[in-house]
Amino acid sequence: MDPTDLTLHEAAEAMRGGGISSREYTAACLERVRRVDPVFGAFVEVYGEEALEAAVAADRRRAAGEPGGALAGVPVAVKDNICAAGRRAGCASKILDGFVAPYDATAVERLRAAGAIILGRTNMDEFAMGSSTETSSRGVTRNPWDPERVPGGSSGGSAAAVAAREVPAALGTDTGGSIRQPAALCGVAGLKPTYGRVSRFGLVAFASSLDQIGPIARSVRDLALLLEVIGGHDGRDSTSAEGSPRGLAGGLDRGIEGLRVGVPEEFFAAGVDGEVRASVEASVGRMRDLGAAVVGVRLPHTPYAVATYYIVATAEASSNLARYDGVQYGLRAADPRDLPDLYERTRAEGLGPEVKRRIMLGTYVLSAGYHDAYYLKALKVRTLMRRDFEEAFGRCDVIATPTAPTAAFALGEKTADPLTMYLSDICTISASLAGIPAISVPCGFTAAGLPVGLQLMARPFEEGTLLRAAHAYEQATDWHRRRPPDPAPARGGGV
Amino acid sequence: MTIGRDEVEHVARLARLRLTDEERERFTAQLAAILDYVRKLNEIDTAGVEPTAHVLPLRNVTRPDEVRPSLEREGVLRLAPRADDGFIMVPRVIE
Repeated sequence: MDPTDLTLHEAAEAMRGGGISSREYTAACLERVRRVDPVFGAFVEVYGEEALEAAVAADRRRAAGEPGGALAGVPVAVKDNICAAGRRAGCASKILDGFVAPYDATAVERLRAAGAIILGRTNMDEFAMGSSTETSSRGVTRNPWDPERVPGGSSGGSAAAVAAREVPAALGTDTGGSIRQPAALCGVAGLKPTYGRVSRFGLVAFASSLDQIGPIARSVRDLALLLEVIGGHDGRDSTSAEGSPRGLAGGLDRGIEGLRVGVPEEFFAAGVDGEVRASVEASVGRMRDLGAAVVGVRLPHTPYAVATYYIVATAEASSNLARYDGVQYGLRAADPRDLPDLYERTRAEGLGPEVKRRIMLGTYVLSAGYHDAYYLKALKVRTLMRRDFEEAFGRCDVIATPTAPTAAFALGEKTADPLTMYLSDICTISASLAGIPAISVPCGFTAAGLPVGLQLMARPFEEGTLLRAAHAYEQATDWHRRRPPDPAPARGGGV
Repeated sequence: MTIGRDEVEHVARLARLRLTDEERERFTAQLAAILDYVRKLNEIDTAGVEPTAHVLPLRNVTRPDEVRPSLEREGVLRLAPRADDGFIMVPRVIE
């Protein structure tokens, strides 16, 4: 068997049992990266030599009888907006040229403490603003199932790397769907935890009331394992929630007998592709066969989610991204005439069109005369969306929907019209605005051979219920075991 | 209520973004389309609804007032595009 087909927990178990060494496994991942990443472009940097050294050290510790953490010797990739001390953190933006993170993000620190090896950084939409990884200043990432299509975004590099067997798991970040949507489009599993579950310390801020770090992997058990490692309170993030997620992996096998699965008709309305709808409906039927009770629920404000999100998220982004001014780190425009010239030209040269557009939109909705009409209005609608979920969760334990309205779209298909691109987040944004946990797992393929994702959502901090439901479905199907075809070798020049 | 070129230029100044003529044209059209779309929120009656700025119950977070190590000064200065003699250098702001 090709070792790169092992999932994260299988690799960890194989290493504990002596079936494979960390060095062998890490070398297999690196060889896979060398072979396929020139085509897919999932990574912006690979730490090959250091990862192998860390693997040898992990094997030595194991041989010496040291217990080691839950992820001892297992390689994991990290999105380019998460800090790892001494490494670049670029957010796939020119404006962070030359920036080296002075410290570890809490999530990275906890991965290391559990014994994981950081294999490299993955590509993303610039500052996580996008749904296709096409706004990256580092070139596009391609979907392993069809290299002429997008991997989704913004964590497209993380999802593509996991799907292409370059690494068993990766951290992504999710503000409006940036973990779940690429996971769906690449046929892997992705979890956005409850807002506050994972510390945002060391994550480059996009929209602070929405951003969450979460795992992408090839099995639900891997997501549970990773959330146990990276989740929990952190004094360095004042919005981090009390308590720690425990027993998630241990509770996976309890089944879903009697679990109430809510199906909101608003998520199956116009705009959702027929094949996607059929796959998701079939997977809900599968959950019923496994003992779940399927109930209809209403989330009436769903048609307003995208509008609400693109006001709230851009408003927060316009404030957060004010820090990129060419003074303290990153890019600085050459020969500034004066300080305003330095700010304006640095930002003009360093930021890409989508980031500029969102800063403009966010600045506008917060500006004098428009604040109440746009920003305050959106915050009120956000309240109504939270209430929708509270009411729905009175009738059910998880809510099942498509993760994305369509399977992976073609490169360039949606770049000309920003609004069309924004609407690809239509199924994921509601959970972000409500702050609730949500997961995407593979639930089928289109006739063209593209993966489809099932999204499940649960009450705040009920990741245990969410993972148990997703695991039960996954164990009854084999979508997650399908492997994308090996790519033809890259032609010279790259992308 | 739509957005015109002058307003786009004003917002760009607020956001410290220098736009090219081409960008100003493109953003004017795109922002107008996006704002037109988001105005669908006006269909909803939000009278008496409290705004949600944050989903968690907010409370003040304090810690003991103790000195802790911070980032090492030389390391921070090394990240600056221009630094000299312990300072980050910028164009003169006072004549």
